[in-house]
Amino acid sequence: MEMNRRKFLKLGTAAVAGLGVAAASSNPAVAAAVNGSYKESAGKKSDVTWGMVIDMKKMDEATLNKCVEACHKFHNVPNIDSKKDEVKWIWGETFEHLFLDEVHDKMGDKYKDMNFMTICNHCAEPVCVRVCPVKATFMNAQGVVGMDMHRCIGCRNCMAACPYGARSFNYKNPRLYLDEINPSYPTRMKGVVEKCNFCSERLAVGELPLCVEEAGGAIIFGDINDPNSAVSKAIADNFTLQRRTNLGTKPKVYYIV
Amino acid sequence: MKKTNMIIGLVIFAVLVTVPFWSSFVSPANGAAPEVSLDTPAINQMAEPKCVEDVEWMRAHHMDLLNDWKVEVVREGTRVYVAADGTEHLASLQNTCFECHSNYEDFCLKCHTYSNVNPTCWDCHVEPTVVGGAN
Repeated sequence: MEMNRRKFLKLGTAAVAGLGVAAASSNPAVAAAVNGSYKESAGKKSDVTWGMVIDMKKMDEATLNKCVEACHKFHNVPNIDSKKDEVKWIWGETFEHLFLDEVHDKMGDKYKDMNFMTICNHCAEPVCVRVCPVKATFMNAQGVVGMDMHRCIGCRNCMAACPYGARSFNYKNPRLYLDEINPSYPTRMKGVVEKCNFCSERLAVGELPLCVEEAGGAIIFGDINDPNSAVSKAIADNFTLQRRTNLGTKPKVYYIV
Repeated sequence: MKKTNMIIGLVIFAVLVTVPFWSSFVSPANGAAPEVSLDTPAINQMAEPKCVEDVEWMRAHHMDLLNDWKVEVVREGTRVYVAADGTEHLASLQNTCFECHSNYEDFCLKCHTYSNVNPTCWDCHVEPTVVGGAN
């Protein structure tokens, strides 16, 4: 058979198309990744926006330490004794560091030296989410700003963007700085950023965050969109402060001082 | 003379290059698939050992399943997986898979080594180091 250019192209195209169809139909895995489906956990609340009030009238040093310890122990947060390399989800901070614009030089020592519990504010307009180039940091349907550690590339844009210093970078292998690893929660690896996740693993099954449980009333947690929730009432009935509201990040953590 | 040398050289080369292929005929154990161990306390306690999905599917698609779980759990917060047969499972590598497969070395690692894959799961997810340690 004599093959001219036209015939060759026709035959070639048909052959490639045929191979493609055969390959696609012989590999059903491409079409469906999983066999089953998904279901919400029984205790999960879906149409809520989680928020937190920290009552500094009740939050003393011992309570704060209890919260930090419970959180860091459960979430496998490494204990690195160096300001540069440390990793923290909850920590204590002075008034001046938290409320820079509210401090004045006649402020009483009682307030100035208070050790304020500090965590990620889970902003309603989170800058970290906007700057993350790989969408590792995201806001879920309940307003929790979470991190998908599978995606983090460690670029630290979020750390530069966060005005609250709520994020830590793993400069070192965190497993080397853990006395004991909690086998029910992952650790992180060297080279990723981490922060408080509002205990979204607990919220997903209808439990309160660990710090809220440990604080024994010093932290009020709930749906800030529901005017009848304890957290909304605490905000309505008390004078509360938020960190750097002028930036427009709309934090969801409130402080009663 | 030169031609014979060349042919001998070629034959030696061909034999060496195809070692992985014919060595499995010489000693069948060489290329045999590894035997993974299902001898763990949790599996032994099951009347009828059963994974999340059926064994054949799991063998071929566990990585797809885990990939899917990680998105659903982390990003959507949906933590219950309903398998094809209707059974419900907590979608969690550490809290579900390792409950039964608490023998990382004799289960996960065996096949991964054999098929020369290096999944990055263990950079963060805590593999059970002792049998029954993932509780």
